[in-house]
Amino acid sequence: MDFWRSFRPGQWMHEIDVRDFIQKNYHPYEGDASFLSPPTERTSRLWKKCSSLLAEERKRQGVYEVDPDIPLNITSHPPGYIDRDLEVIVGLQTDQPLKRAIQVYGGLRHAANACKAYGYQINPQVEEFFAKHRRTHNEGVFTVYTPEMRLARSSGIITGLPDSYGRGRIIGDYRRIALYGVDRLIEAKELDRRLTSPQMTDSVIRLREELYDQIQALKELREMALSYGFDISQPASDATQAVQWLYFGFLAAIKEQNGAAMSLGRVSTFLDIYIQRDLQEGVLTEAQAQELIDQLVIKLRLVRHLRTPGYGDIFAGDPNWVTEALGGLGVDGRPQVTKTTYRMLHTLETLGPSPEPNLTVLWSQQLPRPFMEYCAHLSIQTSAIQYENDDVMRPYYGDDYGIACCVSAMRMGKESQYFGARCNLAKLLLYALNGGRDEMSGEQVGLEMPIYPDEVLDYDQVMHRLDKQMDWLARLYVNTMNIIHYMHDRYSYERIELALHDTDLTRFIAFGIAGLSVVADSLSAIRYAQVKPLRDASGLITDFEIQGDFPKFGNDDDRVDMIAVDVVKTFMRKLRRYPSYKNSLHTLSILTITSNVMYGKHTGTTPDGRKRGEPLAPGANPMHGREEHGAIAAANSVAKLPYGFARDGVSYTFSIVPNALGTDDQERINNLVGFLYGYFAQDAHHINVNVLNLDTLREAMEHPEKYPDLTIRVSGYAVHFTKLSREQQEEIIARTFYKRM
Amino acid sequence: MGRIHSIDTFSTVDGPGIRTVIFLQGCPLRCQYCHNPDTWSAASKAAHDYTANDLMKIIRRSIPYFQASGGGVTISGGEPLLQAEFVKELFTACQAEQISTAVDTSLYVTTTRLQEVLPVTDLFLADIKHMDSEKSLAITGLGNQMNIENLRYINDHQTRIWIRYVIAAGLSDDPEDVTALAYFVKTLDSVERIDLLPYHALGAHKWDLLGLDYKLHEIQPPSAQQMNDLAQIVRSITDKPVYWQ
Repeated sequence: MDFWRSFRPGQWMHEIDVRDFIQKNYHPYEGDASFLSPPTERTSRLWKKCSSLLAEERKRQGVYEVDPDIPLNITSHPPGYIDRDLEVIVGLQTDQPLKRAIQVYGGLRHAANACKAYGYQINPQVEEFFAKHRRTHNEGVFTVYTPEMRLARSSGIITGLPDSYGRGRIIGDYRRIALYGVDRLIEAKELDRRLTSPQMTDSVIRLREELYDQIQALKELREMALSYGFDISQPASDATQAVQWLYFGFLAAIKEQNGAAMSLGRVSTFLDIYIQRDLQEGVLTEAQAQELIDQLVIKLRLVRHLRTPGYGDIFAGDPNWVTEALGGLGVDGRPQVTKTTYRMLHTLETLGPSPEPNLTVLWSQQLPRPFMEYCAHLSIQTSAIQYENDDVMRPYYGDDYGIACCVSAMRMGKESQYFGARCNLAKLLLYALNGGRDEMSGEQVGLEMPIYPDEVLDYDQVMHRLDKQMDWLARLYVNTMNIIHYMHDRYSYERIELALHDTDLTRFIAFGIAGLSVVADSLSAIRYAQVKPLRDASGLITDFEIQGDFPKFGNDDDRVDMIAVDVVKTFMRKLRRYPSYKNSLHTLSILTITSNVMYGKHTGTTPDGRKRGEPLAPGANPMHGREEHGAIAAANSVAKLPYGFARDGVSYTFSIVPNALGTDDQERINNLVGFLYGYFAQDAHHINVNVLNLDTLREAMEHPEKYPDLTIRVSGYAVHFTKLSREQQEEIIARTFYKRM
Repeated sequence: MGRIHSIDTFSTVDGPGIRTVIFLQGCPLRCQYCHNPDTWSAASKAAHDYTANDLMKIIRRSIPYFQASGGGVTISGGEPLLQAEFVKELFTACQAEQISTAVDTSLYVTTTRLQEVLPVTDLFLADIKHMDSEKSLAITGLGNQMNIENLRYINDHQTRIWIRYVIAAGLSDDPEDVTALAYFVKTLDSVERIDLLPYHALGAHKWDLLGLDYKLHEIQPPSAQQMNDLAQIVRSITDKPVYWQ
């Protein structure tokens, strides 16, 4: 076949099996970055146009334009262009760059409020239709929620749940479109549909309906591409088509779903095979190869969703988590680093730093050293990269997994996730002391028991109480999630993303915790120092008197680090005891995004000395300023948190001023590689690396207009620093930045 | 037992690669520009006692970081050679586990102390305070004879040396001072590099906290231009790499 010319044949020709195609056809690259080309003039001119649009967007409070009339779906809007003559890869969500449109299936109120917040009014006919005739995901959830669930939500013990916005975190395998063409994918889904069980049980009926929707979505995808003048019913026949086909798939997904995280997957090494073939055939130059990737990345930087301003409390900075996983090792031991892996990272130089796409390096100790050094170089220059340990993930997910959002691994096209935000364990500890009464409101929220009666907190008694409250929370959390995902499947099903999965897929249900270091330090204080609870007039414990010193998480001290490990294991085990929607597999993350500030605001004073309202530490980080022995001791504490019990990811954010990494560039690169190597050697899972001067951040707070591109990694993703709220900016500056002693 | 001021598990400016730095308590010098005056008093109550074995447990946790970056352990202070026996014990244990060792010292100590640690030390990060003994006395409270003799002694024993020299206005920044330093260093084959450290006032608040009288409040840090000029002098005379940050 012409489009598959010169590819090494294999099983992939007979079955939908992108991994097999990659393994048979990719060429690892072990050299350095010297082959890379600068951006073409066409790309530079296009990006300049985008930059001025982005500047205008900032001036308009972060939203360039809203289309409040036509609900967005795959074929809702006519083709849009930035500048047709300059675009090598085409396709926008609406008819104009940066224009956001309403997506109503997730929730009518969310869409209407988002319009209102930016000075628009949602189309009254759409509003009336949905209000009267069509329930949405959000309404579905709230028709079923119990009073206990509502209370847990409003008190902040569980928050950020995807019950009023799109859950995201489902990664379509967009590469399938390039390799097979849409017709072949439809054919495969039709075959699956014909072969469903003849016993019409609830799940079979539902599956048949879902498959119908998936096939429909593939047909709409084909139609949408045709509106741009491309027939994607057949496979891509060169690199430009491969990028374009793949991007059309992703575009269909972001048109249809306003998901919190809409990851791209793992496309670079796949695309490299096409680019390599074109280079060999002499129809593509290195400059053109870079142009293709640059132009794809420009599109990924323009993804926009319409969201309410309150959304920024939990997910600040307007993120989309267009996560691209790079590198990693094959199960056969060959590095999956190719020249296109470099080209993708190089966009941070050709187009400048940016939070999107969320570039995620799958780190293995066996990756080629020049690649590690190039990544370290870019981290030092841009603070835009995160690293995740392929050596701990590969045994679970093989060598063709992507990362949804920040740290959630899943096999491409074979596994997906039900996203579940996080619960606040620091608050739960206070519930354990106050017998389930909320320390802020006084309301009975948690499991009812007497308020802790004694003068001094006793470790064993507190642990016993915490254990009971964890049982209560685990049950409530799993049940709440079951409702959310039942309703999301029913009212806001991800047709196109799931059309790009195997029909028979494995699902994870991902829970999360915030405040781990506060809980560990509090329990350590209770155990190793003397903590006296102080009560308010109503008898609630609202403050503590701490006498003596105690070990703190972040100093590589097992006495407290193992408390943190136990908390994680115990909670994970408790979650597993409750059956999950569609028999999905329970997983857990230690990740906060930016919600650690909001969570802290709603959490009373804790026994570790943290005051009421103060932020929690982000992700799995130690609390600010409690690390006494420097960065490695802190990293080693985090590395002890067991990935096997937190398979949805353990997020650590590391910030350092440049001159604390070494005297010159070469030293800094060497030392950052050494730091990553040492950290991951201990089975740590994830790290965000920020290399920034605090003065720069302070100046950017005062003069944001001067720093439009300043990028910083927070828990699991990157943001434009100037898009954060003042509170969030202050929290980042207050965080531990390692300096020269 | 060693008297320890503090431990930093991640330093990249105290020898090659990633270093675990152990700061020992106690110093015979009273340098006017010292940014760690809290390490001076050997009797300080803030310090902690550690055995070599305690420290080895901490150091071992960094072995993968050392291996990937070419790092190791650096003993700093204070003046670590005041506790030369302890340093020897610790370094012997490090070398038994192939962990590279460095000592960050003023060398304002007797050669007997230096002899204790020399056989188990891979690298000396050695200060030169001033080439003029009178000016050394003014800066540190002691003349520079031991410093110069010890440098020659280390050089004669062919152990690697990195020189550190603080540039402070009016005290040590005269191009003639720097020229004299460069001609001396040129005679030391074991010196691999020279770091010029621009004076900074970041430690001044510690003087206030300790009730000490900081005399350099009026001094400005050297300009980048001045640092470049001085670095060039040293580079051209010694023909060795010169760094400053």
